[in-house]
Amino acid sequence: MKITVKLFAYLRAGRFKISSMDLPEDCTVQEVLEMLAISRKEMEIGIIMINGKRASFNSILKGNDTLAIFPPVAGG
Amino acid sequence: MYGWTGRILRINLSDSTVKTEALKKSDLQDYIGARGLGTKLFTDEVDPKVDPLSEANKLIFMTGPLTGTAASSAGRYNVVTKGVLNGTIAASNSGGSFGPEIKYAGYDGFIIEGKASNPVYLWIYNDQAEIRDASEIWGKDTVETTDMIKEATIDEAKVACIGPAGENLVKFACIMNEYNRAAGRSGAGAVMGAKNLKAIAIRGTKGLKVADNTKFLDVIMDARGKLQAHPVTGAGLKAYGTNILVNILNEHGGLPFKNFSEAAIFPKAEKISGEYQAEKYLLRNKGCFGCSIGCGRVTKIKQGKYKGLGEGPEYEATWAMGANLALANFEAISKANFLCNELGLDPITMGGTLGCAIEMVEKGFIPEEDTGIEMRWADPDLLIDMVKKTAFREGFGNRLAEGSYRLAESYGHPEFSMTVKKQELPAYDPRGQQGIGLNYATSNRGGCHVRGYMTSPEVLGIPVVVDPDATEGKSELLIIFQDLTALVDSAGLCLFITFALGLPEISEQLRTATGVTMTDEEFLLAGERIWNLERMFNLQAGFSKDDDTLPRRLLEEPMAAGPHEGRVVELDKMLPEYYGLRGWDDNGIPTEDKLSQLGIS
Repeated sequence: MKITVKLFAYLRAGRFKISSMDLPEDCTVQEVLEMLAISRKEMEIGIIMINGKRASFNSILKGNDTLAIFPPVAGG
Repeated sequence: MYGWTGRILRINLSDSTVKTEALKKSDLQDYIGARGLGTKLFTDEVDPKVDPLSEANKLIFMTGPLTGTAASSAGRYNVVTKGVLNGTIAASNSGGSFGPEIKYAGYDGFIIEGKASNPVYLWIYNDQAEIRDASEIWGKDTVETTDMIKEATIDEAKVACIGPAGENLVKFACIMNEYNRAAGRSGAGAVMGAKNLKAIAIRGTKGLKVADNTKFLDVIMDARGKLQAHPVTGAGLKAYGTNILVNILNEHGGLPFKNFSEAAIFPKAEKISGEYQAEKYLLRNKGCFGCSIGCGRVTKIKQGKYKGLGEGPEYEATWAMGANLALANFEAISKANFLCNELGLDPITMGGTLGCAIEMVEKGFIPEEDTGIEMRWADPDLLIDMVKKTAFREGFGNRLAEGSYRLAESYGHPEFSMTVKKQELPAYDPRGQQGIGLNYATSNRGGCHVRGYMTSPEVLGIPVVVDPDATEGKSELLIIFQDLTALVDSAGLCLFITFALGLPEISEQLRTATGVTMTDEEFLLAGERIWNLERMFNLQAGFSKDDDTLPRRLLEEPMAAGPHEGRVVELDKMLPEYYGLRGWDDNGIPTEDKLSQLGIS
């Protein structure tokens, strides 16, 4: 299945801003993070969204999903 | 006295007198400082029904007990007055070094009253304070004004001033200190303008005392360590500033677009994002006094017609004058932001008002002949032109200078004004965040994000993750955020510390600095006391339950698309619970029991 992955802030360094990834069915967010060499510790309080809704490491992706990954950042 | 100096200056511009007064210890303990103490003094002295632009309105500059100490991010001061934009109690908060300089001159703050017969500025050097003629400076922008006053006094002076917008009584004129820091919202700059007060310059060379030096240093080093170790305050804000939120809110589906008239998603958000700013235009980050976070942006547009150098734009300005106008030209947004700083305008209300005007023209509610210029979305030159015209009240700018509520109402359609209590909403569509909607509706100064920043749990997941679409539990959480924010603002700390620090760390800093032996709970109770005092002022000024609401669009027009498609703000599910948990009656009036518990008479 194909999903769109968007990376933000310093996660883009050496990776990409947006990319289409071909993944096996029932792939989890954690598995995508591993493929992208993003550590779970780094993302402990980061923001993960699937189609704009907050997701977790264990969330399962579906075809055509958009996965957005932000490191721990905030503003106001 | 420790932490506090215990003294204020009272400056009467009508009879040109300056005197020093002592503060009551009980007021200091009950209301802490800055926003809280300023509000206590203001409400003791000023009739809530006062005309904000009249001689009888007062302007209180107040620091907190931690302002100017070695605590991190303790450079804040508040300007408390009755706001010109909407007539609520207005505490406008700014950073930089102006606040600490007040403390070093030996004061916690000053009360400015009356009205000068001619333009004046104040020059305060430790114990000497004088009212000086400002006729040569009147009309100058905030950069020229600051430079001229430093030239006329001493280079080390810290200057807070108004630009042409404040002089021209633009209803959302701000007060700028040290060129780029703003007491931005509610129109405090117009109160200065109405008093013929162009600027305040201050220099202090005295020290500050804390109650327990050794413990205080231990406590602040611990807090500084936590701020450094936290990824948001130690790295993220330094690298990307507040504009990091552009992409976050856009992905969340909560970045308001075209005056909240369409789905809250801006397809070109990347072009105005913190990432884009850092990559293309950022010279360096910058911190306020003693701040280890350093979220400030020194930004340079090197060439082209929007060439310029300044600070910002911050997230709110980028949204208001960017996504809100469907404008993805970061250079023009930066230029407009620099102009807002130089002319002394609040960019949130500026962008909000312009967005309202463009929508009303587009939909035929404002005749094109009234504007004198073609009003359309995504027009960078229109933005620049209107910022200038608003500050000088030229042409249609004279209408924009009144803010979006008065503009829309004058054409018979106030529903196009995206305001609460006549103050423009900031950069979060509440149809994608129920809690921020409740915060907007209940904020004591109207549309505002820094009274109870529910975006933190609802979108950023700090300090806890909550469902943004849920209404359950939002009242209880918001009340804690509102009371804690009131405490932080009153301590003289920057709100951004709360990404890494909580009530225990804040309270311990206050205890060791002041020697006051209040518990954490008693400090939070002070925050609640401040919130209720602000509420009482607004009620006495004429506000009621009917004003604790949102623009009709947000309550009735479902979000058109995106993650929150179909949602409106379900305020009726949250507000009664909020009143109840606050200890207020069904009309939102604090009960006698609540006021008695808080010691408010």
